[in-house]
Amino acid sequence: MIAIRELEFRYATGGFRLEIPQLDVAAGESVAFIGPSGSGKTTLLNLMAGIVSPSRGSIDLGGVNIAALSDRHRRELRITKIGLVFQEFELLEYLSVLDNIVLPYRINAALVFDAAVWQRARQLAAEVGIADELKRYPRHLSQGERQRVAVCRAVLPQPSLLLADEPTGNLDPANKGKVLDILFDYARRTQTTLVTVTHDHDLLERFDRVVDFKEFQAFDEPDTGDVQ
Amino acid sequence: MKQILYLAWRYLAYHRFKTLILITAITLIFYVPVGLRVLVNQSAEQLTARAVGTPLVIGAKGSPLELVLNTLYFGSDVPATMHYTQFERVAESELASAIPVYTRFNVQGHPIVGTTLEYQSFRGLEIAAGRQMAVLGECVVGSRVAAALGVGPGDSVISSPESVFDIAGVYPLKMNVAGVLDFADGPDDDAIFVDIKTAWIIAGIGHGHQDLAQPGAVAGVLSRDDNEIVANASVMQYNEITEENRGSFHFHGELSDYPVTAVIAVPQDQRSSALLQGRYQNTDDVAQIVVPEGVMNELLATVLTVQRFVVAGAVLLGLATLASASLVFALSLRLRRREIDTLFRIGGSRAAVAMVMASEIVVVLAVGALLAATLTLATREFGAVLIRLLIRM
Repeated sequence: MIAIRELEFRYATGGFRLEIPQLDVAAGESVAFIGPSGSGKTTLLNLMAGIVSPSRGSIDLGGVNIAALSDRHRRELRITKIGLVFQEFELLEYLSVLDNIVLPYRINAALVFDAAVWQRARQLAAEVGIADELKRYPRHLSQGERQRVAVCRAVLPQPSLLLADEPTGNLDPANKGKVLDILFDYARRTQTTLVTVTHDHDLLERFDRVVDFKEFQAFDEPDTGDVQ
Repeated sequence: MKQILYLAWRYLAYHRFKTLILITAITLIFYVPVGLRVLVNQSAEQLTARAVGTPLVIGAKGSPLELVLNTLYFGSDVPATMHYTQFERVAESELASAIPVYTRFNVQGHPIVGTTLEYQSFRGLEIAAGRQMAVLGECVVGSRVAAALGVGPGDSVISSPESVFDIAGVYPLKMNVAGVLDFADGPDDDAIFVDIKTAWIIAGIGHGHQDLAQPGAVAGVLSRDDNEIVANASVMQYNEITEENRGSFHFHGELSDYPVTAVIAVPQDQRSSALLQGRYQNTDDVAQIVVPEGVMNELLATVLTVQRFVVAGAVLLGLATLASASLVFALSLRLRRREIDTLFRIGGSRAAVAMVMASEIVVVLAVGALLAATLTLATREFGAVLIRLLIRM
């Protein structure tokens, strides 16, 4: 599914460098990225999603080298094949729960927005227990409910790869379990590859594999999700 | 595009107060200078047209503008009156046909215009329903009066007292509506026309009362000479002119002393006009003659000067508002930085993300411009009515 070779990334301003000689993730596999802050976990997720481009090397996603794609094609690949879940949920405050879930279909014509999408969105919301909240706005939801909305948004386009950046970082223990259950159930059911950045070592036993970033070379700067 | 507009709509609806303020600001930026120009142009057209159609007006000395506005638009401020002899003076000059105008009273705010039938011929007014006024106590009403008061031929209207505290003042007179005038799209639509004698009766110059020679009125008679009967206040005065009591109505004093507010003079030709105007050049004359077109042109010159200042002010204000609105948009974009980032990270296309952000501005500008256009059209449509109301205030 994912094959990373001789990857090197550094910011134009310098100070941070990430080097990964080789990393493979099989289709349907669930992998946890762990490591100290600044070790490049989020940066690697961004590289795998095509949000940032490597300075050198290749990231092969299902036979496509993301690094070689144009900006437009990387965006299309991201919206059709990759689901992203963030620690801060990143829901749009002015959209209802249902509108937030179907958001990917409104912002890129690569996805076809038809009646089946609406049906699937409602079904997903019912599966994660937010069917009664569809008309409400994010500010009226609990943290756990917001992350469930964000997960629904990520999986609605039926991606083959789910990238989650500390998806449980802002949740209480009860919601943490629920959100992970939803992610794992979905990944298992649909044979979706799941790559998650986490600092929570209690959760690691649920993953097929754990990748510790200590084994990769990273320098200086903290890992931040703000890179583009 | 539909999806982008939907997102823009949701954003604007969610931040409805901000949106409302922005749309109001944009609407005013567009509307104020344009609407003002339309209104001023319409005023100019209206005032000029009516003034051009009224060759000469004679009235008591005083403000020519007040005299013209009252004679042409029946303003609520009654100008000084002059004697009816001024009407006779024009008529006897044989230089122009004369139309007396006496506007002092009203029916629920609608001016009562005491005049002659020549006025309606002069203005080209046609009867739409009923017939022309024929006898004392009858009136014909303008189309807007008929609609506003809900009256038609066979109904009646009552003149309003000039002041609620004026107990000893003029009596209200009940007048029969003989007819309704056709819509003329002018101040005549808002007026009630009566014969000038009927207007004098409202003024108390003429009246009708119990026949004091009859035995039934003996209680009210204080003294009786050969030619003069003095009665007290118990003698009943009529406040409606009917078939039965019409004969009892009579006037006191000399006709030439009765009041009129203006005389419209329609000269036979340019020469007659010039000659007639020449007859009022004496500074001792109690009356003045004015050319309404000239008076209105002077007024319009002042209005246009004021308009220039107002438009300049509005443009400056508009620029300041536009700068503020631009600042709001810029700050809004900054506040939406995180949203833009999210849309980019989940795979939103570059065009879609840009359009989502731009659509907020475009929709606000479009709605503001649309509202301004609607208001401008409304001004064009109803500006004339507004101008008439302003003139009558």
